[in-house]
Amino acid sequence: MIEIRNLSKSFTLHNQGGVAIPVMAGAHLRVAGGECVGLVGRSGAGKSTLMRMVYGNYLAGGGSIRIGEIDVVTAEPRQILALRRAVLGHVSQFLRVVPRVPTLEVVAEPLLRLGVPPEAARTRAADLLARLNIPERLWRLSPTTFSGGEQQRVNIARGFAHDYPALLLDEPTASLDAQNREVVLRLIEEAKARGAAILGIFHDEGARDRVCDRLVDVTGFTPGMAA
Amino acid sequence: MTLMQNAITAAPLLSVQGLTKRYGARIGCMGVGFDLYPGEVLGIVGESGSGKSTLLSCLAGHQRPDEGRILFDGADVLAFSEAERRRLLRGDWAYVHQNPRDGLRMGVSAGGNVGERLMAVGARNYAAIRETATDWLGRVEIAADRIDDRPSAFSGGMQQRLQIARNLVTGPRLVFMDEPTGGLDVSVQARLLDLLGGLVRDLGLSVVIVTHDLAVVRLLADRLMVMKSGRVVECGLTDQVLDDPQHAYTQLLVSSVLQV
Repeated sequence: MIEIRNLSKSFTLHNQGGVAIPVMAGAHLRVAGGECVGLVGRSGAGKSTLMRMVYGNYLAGGGSIRIGEIDVVTAEPRQILALRRAVLGHVSQFLRVVPRVPTLEVVAEPLLRLGVPPEAARTRAADLLARLNIPERLWRLSPTTFSGGEQQRVNIARGFAHDYPALLLDEPTASLDAQNREVVLRLIEEAKARGAAILGIFHDEGARDRVCDRLVDVTGFTPGMAA
Repeated sequence: MTLMQNAITAAPLLSVQGLTKRYGARIGCMGVGFDLYPGEVLGIVGESGSGKSTLLSCLAGHQRPDEGRILFDGADVLAFSEAERRRLLRGDWAYVHQNPRDGLRMGVSAGGNVGERLMAVGARNYAAIRETATDWLGRVEIAADRIDDRPSAFSGGMQQRLQIARNLVTGPRLVFMDEPTGGLDVSVQARLLDLLGGLVRDLGLSVVIVTHDLAVVRLLADRLMVMKSGRVVECGLTDQVLDDPQHAYTQLLVSSVLQV
């Protein structure tokens, strides 16, 4: 489902003397449907950079990232937008939403964008929020005022609202208590069971051992850092 | 995968090629081209004097470009007769001004402002017009009992919402917006962003929005075009351009902002 070949990336800082910083070279990995692959490597090795490139948030320098029928590296912006809507989900570490929008709408939004009828979208959103122990009295409020842990759970509910065939998870269990961590791990296991291909970063070793089928060390893809 | 295929095979709603506007020796905008697809929001950013407002006014038919083509639904807009052009501006296109006073008739009631645009496209039944106007005031969160008040009695945020209702009541497919949240308090801006985001999604509008506010485009725009000295220096997915800017000017622009 996700296939990365010979991926490279460098940053050129035009306003700092035009210095070019190579951050990735020769990256390759494959995630099949129903499989969860964890990215490992020390901080700064490029785990997040790789995830951002897969999502189309960072431009790749070369190589290919195939997700289904699309190569993210060469795709048009609107193809990436369509991919993100229907195929490729992303749970980032930070919730970024339009202020004032109620939590229930924030979670239902990916489904509304896909044309799911509002009632069905809100029912699904409510189910997820309840599972993630967000009290119902908060659903009508904007999540911008919530605690870090609550925002993270809203973000997870939003990321799991639609059954994406491919999912990117950036530290999905960070800042969660044991009970909610268990809910998130079950959501990941359920996504795998329905055939989703998952690529994730998990600093939580217990979580990593439980959901990941394989680990890929990105240090091997970092120029000048090969172990 | 059908959704993916639909998104990829749809034809552009607006196609712009080589658009150039000069003011004597000075360049307004130069060689601008892009395609806008149904349901897409395109943000245009740049400092004042970058040509973004000139570009918008050429696109929206307020100024005539010196060179280039503007195709709407495949039709060459610059070749339209005056009557055809006016019909387009009243029906399929809408324009939201930065200053609501430029887009509203201040001496006419709120309901009249909305109803007037309906009448311009042929509506004649008074009761139906008033009902539609009331419905639209509700959609932009203006209470029904304010329908007979003049916009001069409204706050800035309410005036801007009324301007949006006046523009959208005729069901346009393409909306041009010039700094729609400019000059509003931050809390009022948030309310307007929420409203615009919902309308764009529910009505499937295509939007070209000009702003200098990167936080606004981050939340509203699918794609971003960065302009400098009348030219497009960078374009791409909004979050990609903001998080991994390629051009020196975009890098400067993004790094100059406090937390977008």
